[in-house]
Amino acid sequence: MGEGMSGDIPILSTKGISKSFGGLQALIDVSFEVYRGEVFGIIGPNGSGKTTLINCITGFIKIDSGTVYFKEKNITGWKAHKIAHEGIARTFQIMRPYYSLPAYKNLIIPLWSPRARKIGGWRGGGKHGDRDTVAVDILEEIGFERDSKVPYKIASTLPTGYQKRLELARCIAVRPEIIFCDEVFSGLSMSEIAGMLPLIEKMKSDGITLIMIEHRLRELFRVADRVMALNFGEKIAEGEPFVVIEDKRVKEAYLGTEEV
Amino acid sequence: MEMMRRERIDRGIKVRTEGIYAISSIREVLYLLGPRLILIVGMISLPFILELAPYWKRVVNIMCVYSLIALSFDFLANYVGLVCLGGAFFVGIGGYIAAIFNVYLSFPIYVSIPLATICGAIFCTLMLLPCLPLRGVYFAIVTLMYPLFFTRVIEALNILGGTNGITGLSSFPNQYVEEYTIIIVTLLFLFGMRRFVTQDIGLVLRGVKDNDQAVRASGISIAYMKSLAVFIASVMGCFAGAYIAHLYMWSGISLFALDFSIIPIASVVIGGGGTLVGAIIGSVILVPLSEILRAFGTFRIVIYCIILTLVIVFKSEGLMIYLQRKYHQFERWVKV
Ligand SMILES: Nc1ncnc2c1ncn2[C@@H]1O[C@H](COP(=O)(O)OP(=O)(O)O)[C@@H](O)[C@H]1O
Ligand SMILES: [Mg+2]
Repeated sequence: MGEGMSGDIPILSTKGISKSFGGLQALIDVSFEVYRGEVFGIIGPNGSGKTTLINCITGFIKIDSGTVYFKEKNITGWKAHKIAHEGIARTFQIMRPYYSLPAYKNLIIPLWSPRARKIGGWRGGGKHGDRDTVAVDILEEIGFERDSKVPYKIASTLPTGYQKRLELARCIAVRPEIIFCDEVFSGLSMSEIAGMLPLIEKMKSDGITLIMIEHRLRELFRVADRVMALNFGEKIAEGEPFVVIEDKRVKEAYLGTEEV
Repeated sequence: MEMMRRERIDRGIKVRTEGIYAISSIREVLYLLGPRLILIVGMISLPFILELAPYWKRVVNIMCVYSLIALSFDFLANYVGLVCLGGAFFVGIGGYIAAIFNVYLSFPIYVSIPLATICGAIFCTLMLLPCLPLRGVYFAIVTLMYPLFFTRVIEALNILGGTNGITGLSSFPNQYVEEYTIIIVTLLFLFGMRRFVTQDIGLVLRGVKDNDQAVRASGISIAYMKSLAVFIASVMGCFAGAYIAHLYMWSGISLFALDFSIIPIASVVIGGGGTLVGAIIGSVILVPLSEILRAFGTFRIVIYCIILTLVIVFKSEGLMIYLQRKYHQFERWVKV
């Protein structure tokens, strides 16, 4: 993909994003484009600025300079909830569910959001009384066994694997066009990741564009169409996964620090 | 020696009354409705029970006023995550606005109280709007400063009656209207709020408390949600203030007194935070108690503090949560 689609308009593009924290330059002039329906990976060693990049694009922190376009609309400097309302969802690297609520009640909040209510179209109509049902439907889709007790457990008592799924479910519930996934595979066992890969494929086939930050390169490369590598806040490579990983600068960046 | 452990088990009737099976027998319906009925009937019959002790009727009114403020504190603190010490702020604003409408603009009492409730709540919400992004103790401090600020402004500029306050507010047409207004409004707010927090919008507010970043990421403005919650809380507080101003037929700077911020918090601690009913129960205990302790003069604060400390140390969960557990579960000793 990617190359073949370069004639199209990107669904998301950034031009020269820079961000510094005090003296630390966390992002330096990062530009990239993502096309509708792609799975786009962002890789790079720890502290290379991946999470900061998501925070900048989704409005959770202010950009120093640069522009973000979503479907050709300049969304730079918008408030986080307005950007989400436009259709850009995200997970958080540090998972914090609504810990005092049962898992399915966690989804009532995104389902209540103006965007979810505007788009509607859930099975059962998505009217007021049905949100509980819709929530359990989404959880079932994402791998919670409907007839077990798991969807009704208090979120803070769920095992990591389920909490990660809950993060994704919360994104899906706002009916986004793009989902940023910040290390959803980390902390999961091989078999748990294997269980999540079909979910990624499913979201992709539902027409959601996925931008995935990952440390687990092998698993990422099974689903990613294109990847971009960051190091010390700078973009050092972009392209097909197995081309990028052979790149000299990428190898140097990862050398000795990560399994490749 | 054998080790023993205490075990808690849900009573059979609790399990049976969950879900739709609740309406299968009178006994089970009573189990569910009983506590509610006792509270409602108890509150409604208080004015009759106290027919022979008119002084204590006043105490009941004040008790309800504190219940409302405690309810608004419990709601903001435990369902939205905003620790608001603004009880005195709400009461003062509600009281003064009622006085302005009633004395200066000659609106009758049944107009001035509702108007003061709504206008006061809008005013308080606007004043607190800039502070909403503040977290935890910073928000608490600002809400504590406002009453002091207004007291000094009224004193210094000698406006709104200055240190004498505004006198001559109309009283309630008769004793029963005076009592049942506050009793019924308190019960309505209690059951209304208990319902509200279980609605979807109530869950969103709880989401703001648990994880405001995720709420933003869902495309919901937390500033909007928080101001909505503050508005609801100030409606309760401003009603209490407007009522109290008409009860005393006077609105003065003592409506901004710290008592209105502190005693409701103590009530919530004693009654059990996060239950909403606990706010009422706490006030029902604390307000009459402080009347009884009046005989001790300033020493009552000491007794007050001792009681609070004991509750916090031994039953920090609060009475309501303790009672709920006793009601729904029984305990037995089992061998480990
Ligand atoms: N809020 C912040 N304040 C100060 N420094 C930050 C902040 N967020 C991130 N950083 C710094 O920016 C750099 C990039 O961090 P991050 O984007 O989290 O990296 P990654 O997600 O790639 O591991 C790190 O050196 C980190 O310490
Ligand atoms: Mg990161």
